[in-house]
Amino acid sequence: GAPKRRTSEPKPIEKILVANRGEIACRIFRTARRLGIPTVAVYSDADAGALHVRSADEAVRIGPAPARLSYLSGASIIDAALRAGAQAIHPGYGFLSESAEFAQLCEDNGLTFIGPPASAIRDMGDKSASKKIMGSAGVPLVPGYHGDEQDIDFMRSEAEKIGYPILIKPTHGGGGKGMRIVQSTNEFVDSFLGAQREAAASFGVDKILLEKYITRPRHIEVQIFGDKYGNVLYLNERDCSVQRRHQKIIEEAPAPNVTSDFRTHLGQAAVSAAKAVNYHNAGTVEFIVDTASGQFYFMEMNTRLQVEHPVTEMIVGQDLVEWQIRVANGEPLPIDQSEVPLLGHAFEARIYAENVPKGFLPATGVLHHYRPVPGTSSVRVDTGVEEGDTVSMHYDPMIAKLVVWGESRSAALVKLKDSLSKFQVAGLPTNINFLRKLANHWAFEDGDVETHFIEHFKDDLFDDSCHENEAYKEAIYSAALVAACICNKENSNFREGGNGLNSIWYANPPFRVNHCAKRVFEFKWDNDYDSTGSKPLVLSLTYQADGQYDIEVEGEGTSLGFHVKVTYLGNHDFRVEVDGVSVQVSLATYEKDLDKHIHIWHGSKHHHFRQKLGQPLFDDDDSQHKPSFEMASHPQGTVVAPMAGLVVKVLAKDGMRVEEGQPILVLEAMKMEHVVKAPSAGHVHGLAVTAGQQVPDSSVLFSIKE
Amino acid sequence: SASSGRAPAPPRRRGRRGLSSGVLPDGVDRGSGEYARNAGAMADLVSQLQSHVQKVIGGGGAEAVRRNKSRNKLLPRERIDRLIDPGSSFLELSQLAGHELYEDPLPSAGIVTGIGPVYGQLCMFVANDPTVKGGTYFPITVKKHLRAQEIAAQCKLPCVYLVDSGGAFLPKQADVFPDKENFGRIFYNQAVMSSKGIPQIALVLGSCTAGGAYIPAMADESVMVKGNGTIFLAGPPLVKAATGEEVSAEDLGGAAVHCKTSGVSDYFAQDELHGLALGRNIIKNLHTAGKQGTLARLQNVNSEFKEPLYDVKELRSIAPTDHKQAFDIRSVIARIVDGSEFDEFKKLYGTTLVTGFARIFGQPVGIIGNNGILFNESALKGAHFIELCCQRNIPLIFLQNITGFMVGSRSEANGIAKSGAKMVMAVSCAKVPKVTIIVGGSFGAGNYAMCGRAYSPDFMFLWPNARISVMGGTQAAGVLSQIERANKKRQGVQWTKEDEESFKAKVVEAYEREGNSYYSTARLWDDGIIDPADTRKVIGLSISASLNRDPEDTKYGVFRM
Repeated sequence: GAPKRRTSEPKPIEKILVANRGEIACRIFRTARRLGIPTVAVYSDADAGALHVRSADEAVRIGPAPARLSYLSGASIIDAALRAGAQAIHPGYGFLSESAEFAQLCEDNGLTFIGPPASAIRDMGDKSASKKIMGSAGVPLVPGYHGDEQDIDFMRSEAEKIGYPILIKPTHGGGGKGMRIVQSTNEFVDSFLGAQREAAASFGVDKILLEKYITRPRHIEVQIFGDKYGNVLYLNERDCSVQRRHQKIIEEAPAPNVTSDFRTHLGQAAVSAAKAVNYHNAGTVEFIVDTASGQFYFMEMNTRLQVEHPVTEMIVGQDLVEWQIRVANGEPLPIDQSEVPLLGHAFEARIYAENVPKGFLPATGVLHHYRPVPGTSSVRVDTGVEEGDTVSMHYDPMIAKLVVWGESRSAALVKLKDSLSKFQVAGLPTNINFLRKLANHWAFEDGDVETHFIEHFKDDLFDDSCHENEAYKEAIYSAALVAACICNKENSNFREGGNGLNSIWYANPPFRVNHCAKRVFEFKWDNDYDSTGSKPLVLSLTYQADGQYDIEVEGEGTSLGFHVKVTYLGNHDFRVEVDGVSVQVSLATYEKDLDKHIHIWHGSKHHHFRQKLGQPLFDDDDSQHKPSFEMASHPQGTVVAPMAGLVVKVLAKDGMRVEEGQPILVLEAMKMEHVVKAPSAGHVHGLAVTAGQQVPDSSVLFSIKE
Repeated sequence: SASSGRAPAPPRRRGRRGLSSGVLPDGVDRGSGEYARNAGAMADLVSQLQSHVQKVIGGGGAEAVRRNKSRNKLLPRERIDRLIDPGSSFLELSQLAGHELYEDPLPSAGIVTGIGPVYGQLCMFVANDPTVKGGTYFPITVKKHLRAQEIAAQCKLPCVYLVDSGGAFLPKQADVFPDKENFGRIFYNQAVMSSKGIPQIALVLGSCTAGGAYIPAMADESVMVKGNGTIFLAGPPLVKAATGEEVSAEDLGGAAVHCKTSGVSDYFAQDELHGLALGRNIIKNLHTAGKQGTLARLQNVNSEFKEPLYDVKELRSIAPTDHKQAFDIRSVIARIVDGSEFDEFKKLYGTTLVTGFARIFGQPVGIIGNNGILFNESALKGAHFIELCCQRNIPLIFLQNITGFMVGSRSEANGIAKSGAKMVMAVSCAKVPKVTIIVGGSFGAGNYAMCGRAYSPDFMFLWPNARISVMGGTQAAGVLSQIERANKKRQGVQWTKEDEESFKAKVVEAYEREGNSYYSTARLWDDGIIDPADTRKVIGLSISASLNRDPEDTKYGVFRM
């Protein structure tokens, strides 16, 4: 029927504060700007120069770097909104987006919270309570325990009732934080305590629930939207099955290989769920789909705009942030369910600063080179960083979201692969190569996805040994391109500036009396996911009279020659011709830890080489010679920090006898706990770190001696 | 319309008239048999030159090079490559010094010298080759070292010594040690250059024994490499013999001793690459830019310049195989100056000497080239032109192809000696940068007036076909046979035609050998033999290096009028 009009109109939104940072803040500003609504950014000290700050009309400092003192400080943000004269606050995702208290605080201060009502957040925030509500609304639920009784022995007996494997997770929060899979009863206690501790650290509440663990599940979620007049519709579903560390990395819409009947059922269940809590604004109802039975169960409802919302926007042709603002402004939904389109297919790949071979541990560092693919009508990059920015340990290490659209799933997938291969990031480890492997995997191409996809195909995704020889040859070819481009760039650099006479000292080719100048490059090639470490490459480059380069590459058991011609196109780009074939090449270099790092992109290839820079210039004494932090250089039994982080717990004492695999200490970075275990049985030696201490990446923590 | 009524533009005419004023004509007839003959002969000479150079670049042989490498040491040219700006040019000097000079080969005289930029600052490098006789100093080694220092002093180039030498070659100590231009002069030069503010930097990459110890000790700043670099007045064997003390080389004079205890060296390097990086850093920190008249010397330079209109490679086909044959020096000039533009001075007077203004890589130069024997007028014109260039601080390029001054009664009566003296006076006193290239013959007083070695050109290079001697072999044979016949006649000895011919042939053969470019370059009468096709580049690099100094006023002595 016709929507009911409210009698008292809320204050119209004429200025929006975004209580968030990074790409989502930038993305919200974009829509606001299009709607002609001025924007206010908030920032912590760590973000004073960040892109989101520069993208807003105004910006207000809200506190020091730690999130709990800035982006999680509701009072500071309300204060900022009032000072800036904003009528509304958009919380983005994460941080305060699912805090009922904050939504309430906004209301109390006469500010519009661009999101659902506080009551709905509260109902859905407590996962145990939400399941009760859903159960009574007739939404199917996974068998489990969602009660208040948290006694560990009681919980263990509940777990037995459900039957292993079971999933332990905090009732609050999301994003996989604090989640544990328990395979058998003897693992229960450790996992339970760990989950409690992480929950307490991340959400301030350590309540835990138990659920049956479905062995081959798909994660499918439905984007719903409601207005303040009781209208709720669903905007089709997204498949977010491909996850690592329980966090999504590739999402797509619509879900592959589902029938339209299934889609309708799922959508209707999601709408019922939303209606059960009088929902309005954007929300997502997550379902777990048992691939064996085709049965779906309600998992949880996320009462916010989600990271992966752009894939939905791509297939329905709508701007969900615009909808959020309109709904918050009291406007009815612009379309009804029958008008919701389903156009083509979209993928989103999340590009993270992370260390894939080290188990996807978050990485930090400087974006020395950052060139996302250019946006088009079907390629969208949502990013909150620019070249030169630092990915710090204070916040989420996501660099960007790459979203592509195609007429069909296969057309979209072609675009995804191409865009990933052209997405240039250098300076810190990223998951781009890994995402490419995922996107190129046959099972992914078939849409045969489930949440254990990465685990299931880990041999394909992590082990390159079958292609080793081919990869090595490609690396040699790339190394030759690198050497030629470096030489060409140097000469171009020097030629600029200076007078004609001086420039001849930097002519190409460099002059030698009666012979050709030569140059030797020694590179180390790091093969992704190859545990054997880096391979050395020695290149001998001879400058030819015509300005071309003859390059001989000596590798392990191979020697290859190339005749290379380079044209420098400016910036980081070159046109390189090798034996009659010409390709576009991009090169990025930066220096770090006594190495020069060189990244090259050409065609669909990306390689990373290191060149030793030699000793630091004024390391002028033997005794000050620093050991390098290579694993191999430490004596056996030495344990180094797998990442930069905070020691949250030390579980052993120096000198103590420990068993192999025994936890020694717990590190935390980006709110993720990482247990450092004894690599072998023996005595702990040199354990000097204490709880609360910050440790740098690869620093020695302790060693185990017989 | 207006344009339709206009007559069509005349077709572009080839040759002199079709070119704008000052642009030289091609001057080379590519179709002629002579062209092919000349090109063929020069191609042989150039490939012979390159093969000689390939040989010396290999250092002192495979075994010595392998041993050097096993000690984590690079060859001298590789060391220099890592010191100069990456991908930059290096003007090496006297590559073939020592060529067939001693019983054993002494590649590059056991020392590599030359000029290259470090952080944009041109430096003179002097690098011992430890693979050649342990880097010891033969007489020619000393001469080459001193020549490098002479250029550095003249052009005010910071000196970087890459020390790796066993000191003087003892069997030849008498020719190495005592004289004015011997070993001791190296340190004298370091002291004097340092006093003039020309930085002296030593990188001790190997041993540095006895006298050699003074190279780092006399340097303004020095670097030592751990393990490889040693400095001592006497090595462990001599110490044991002298005092009975038993000590290792590293403990006696290693980097740690000299950087931490004695203070003989300033920077401690972990390895050779570290040492070279420290060397680059020292140059970076020289900050001498403020001391030089940089602005003054850059004012004249056009940063945009045109390449010559004609292929520089054709310089390989200009010099005739027969030295008696003349060629127009303008065809050489056309291939070395910007846009082949050459504005001739006094073109119609004293035509056997070609003088004029041009630019090379944007830098104005005055060019003096021979187009035949020097007559009175040519010599006067030369002196006049040198004066002009000195007044205006324009560097001079001498292109030598000269058989000498005109002889004969008419010439003497006209005072050819007086005219030649004027040109020699002008050349001697000219304080502008001077670069001499011998493109053909260099005989007699012509060598002097055209700024031969004795007239301290900043740089002097030869084409492989060059000939240097007091006169031609045939003329010398003629003169000597006349004297010999007179001697024989006085002694009453019969001198047959055959005897005379064989006498003459011996003289011609000796002149041929001693007048050869390799004979010259082996003895350091020049700064190297170059491929004619590189002439423009070498002149450009040479002038660039010689402009590192402030302009100086030229004062002349008494001109005999």
